[in-house]
Amino acid sequence: MKILRATRMDRCIGCHSCSLACARQVHKKVSWRTAGIRIKSSGGITTGFEANVCLGCEPAPCAAACPTGAYSQRKGGGVLVKMKLCIRCGQCAAACPVDAIYLDDTGVPYVCIHCGQCVPYCPHDCIEMREKPEHVCVGGTCDV
Amino acid sequence: MSDAAFRVCIVHLDEGKGEIVSFGDKNLHIGGSGLAAALFEKYGLPNESWSHPDQPLIFAIGCLTGYFPLMSKVVAGFKSPYHDQYAESHAGGRLALAMRFAGYDAIVLRGRARLPVAVHVGARVIETKDANYLWGANVFTTGRVIRRAFPGASGHRSIMRIGPAGETLSAYGCINVDTFRHFGRLGSGSVMGVKNVKAIVVSGDSDLPLPGPDPKAYGKLFKKVYEDMTATEMMSKYHNLGTPGNVIPINELKSLPIRNLQQTTDPDAVGISGEKFAADLLIRNAACAGCPVGCIHVGMLREQFQDEHRFQIRQVSYDHELIFALGSMVGVMDASGALALMDEVEKQGLDAMSAGVALAWATEAYQKGLLTKEQVEYDLAFGNVDAYKEAIWCLGHGKNEFYRALAQGAMVAAKKFGGEDFACVLGQEMAGYATGETFFASQSLSFRHSHLDTGAYGYDQKEHDKNADKAVKYFVDDERERVILTSLVSCLFARGVYKKGLLAECLTSVGLPDLAANLDKAADEMQRLRWRMRLSTGYEPEKTSVPKRFLEVETWAGKMDPGYLDAVRAGYIKAIRELGAPRGES
Ligand code: SF4
Ligand code: SF4
Ligand code: SF4
Repeated sequence: MKILRATRMDRCIGCHSCSLACARQVHKKVSWRTAGIRIKSSGGITTGFEANVCLGCEPAPCAAACPTGAYSQRKGGGVLVKMKLCIRCGQCAAACPVDAIYLDDTGVPYVCIHCGQCVPYCPHDCIEMREKPEHVCVGGTCDV
Repeated sequence: MSDAAFRVCIVHLDEGKGEIVSFGDKNLHIGGSGLAAALFEKYGLPNESWSHPDQPLIFAIGCLTGYFPLMSKVVAGFKSPYHDQYAESHAGGRLALAMRFAGYDAIVLRGRARLPVAVHVGARVIETKDANYLWGANVFTTGRVIRRAFPGASGHRSIMRIGPAGETLSAYGCINVDTFRHFGRLGSGSVMGVKNVKAIVVSGDSDLPLPGPDPKAYGKLFKKVYEDMTATEMMSKYHNLGTPGNVIPINELKSLPIRNLQQTTDPDAVGISGEKFAADLLIRNAACAGCPVGCIHVGMLREQFQDEHRFQIRQVSYDHELIFALGSMVGVMDASGALALMDEVEKQGLDAMSAGVALAWATEAYQKGLLTKEQVEYDLAFGNVDAYKEAIWCLGHGKNEFYRALAQGAMVAAKKFGGEDFACVLGQEMAGYATGETFFASQSLSFRHSHLDTGAYGYDQKEHDKNADKAVKYFVDDERERVILTSLVSCLFARGVYKKGLLAECLTSVGLPDLAANLDKAADEMQRLRWRMRLSTGYEPEKTSVPKRFLEVETWAGKMDPGYLDAVRAGYIKAIRELGAPRGES
């Protein structure tokens, strides 16, 4: 199973096309926040951009923290999400070490489900779907 | 209250309070240009000076902002310190989407803060914070401090700020938007300054449901529009060299204003060509939020500040207009030198075009002995980057009587010190296209005195039959088409894709079928409303003029024809009077 990777953020132009696409296609919203990927400038635009996105941990601390099983481990990294089970406790977001889960104003969590729908919207190929390298068993940042 | 009303956030600066109002009608005012003019009609004081505390400073987006790609601009509407008439300026950056996601179609600042403040507007916040400590700070410092003073929402907020020029009330103090974009022309920065507003932070901190009756169809249409935008030649035109790619072709057409328009071509222009910038200085691109094209070209300015190889580097965005104004027009035919001047102008918060053209006039006036060394202080000479850097500081700070006059416009200074014949002013300091009579006539009279009001600079290159009626009809019709885009508010670079049929589809998909069906009528009304506001604030097109220098220009098409120029101007003046006639008389 592949996961989304923001491998080439040095090229990012800050267009937000990726997050707008995720919000629109995955979460059925017009937004640059309620999305699996969110673009931040790292202190003014001259310093470039960062992506806030799920790194696909295995085991995933967010899934472990979820009291209802709304978040469960996805094979190959990251989580599977069943929103029907979500009670908006915010435990997943609190547990995520890289702040990849966004809670909206009502406490609904948004996380990347590694579906790849944002990828074709990036004009600079900053993001891609990739197989996670075999040797990564804990965490998952080593290929970027 | 109709469903098609706009949601407007009014900030009352004297009380530090906000007010949310339902205003106007999307089916009539469209947004952007139209909405700003309508808001000015309601809140503006046509007979009071631009600096009256109750004059509104309006920022407006359109009904497709955030919903489709390249609907990425904002229109500012205000009474201009340049000519004390109603004016418009356009900017991109993150502001348009931040406003959409803050939940406002327009933000209006009214009143005047007692002491300098920073204004913060979001979906659940309207506040003013003391910014007295920032008064006097340049644009870069202001950005850094404001980011610290308003933490959070990084990437999802927009920061507008002014530099010293806006505080000293220069007629062309600009508003810097998100470091690389500007409400440049006609002095909106000084409108912020006179209101004691150093910065405005807009947090785009809410989200919206998918629009329209059929979200699936909307998603499909978005995809199609996105693919068209990224597949077209436009992508490469604005993405590759960007507008600086114009420098060489315009120089070859003998239409590049050089050394205060004493020349229109020079082999040295290769030193400031788009190709040269791209090869030597370009380090990255940036985009307005919601735009995959990414036309913003950022160059690296590397300056040695001390012996023993001590360098500082800075990122400076460049464009054709800046290269002309702070390059060829002041005889700086070296890309790094031009970039250094852009950096200074940016710091002071001046409009780059007006600053460059004003300094070009000052240089010639100094050469001709109309100005003394005591007045200009530095050795203004074409190509002298160091002197210009100092002069730009003086201009931003209004250092002495001369610089204070120059900061009110090249023509204001020329009236005082002499040299009106060679002040390159067409309503405001000229744009970078000396293409011929139609363009000069258009810029001298048109609404924003901008090369983007109509495509006249292109018309000069295509049409040579010197038919004044045809040219005037072209101005009026082309402006009306552009009013659709500046009301929606699309980036004008997208005009090749956003044809009317596609816009109608987009409007229908977001639930505005009536506007889709009546776009032409609405555009016509908004074109008239804009002119009405302009004339009601004292615009007398008959009083504009084209200084002698423009008639001395020789382009690839030959010498200027004053008779044709006058005929086009006379026809256009008549058309403007008709367009702007009080309601019921048109
Ligand atoms: S803890 Fe965070 S990064 Fe790791 S899987 Fe969960 S959401 Fe992704
Ligand atoms: S991979 Fe899917 S869920 Fe993740 S950010 Fe992209 S579109 Fe959203
Ligand atoms: S789509 Fe690509 S370039 Fe645009 S913000 Fe996302 S990562 Fe950056």
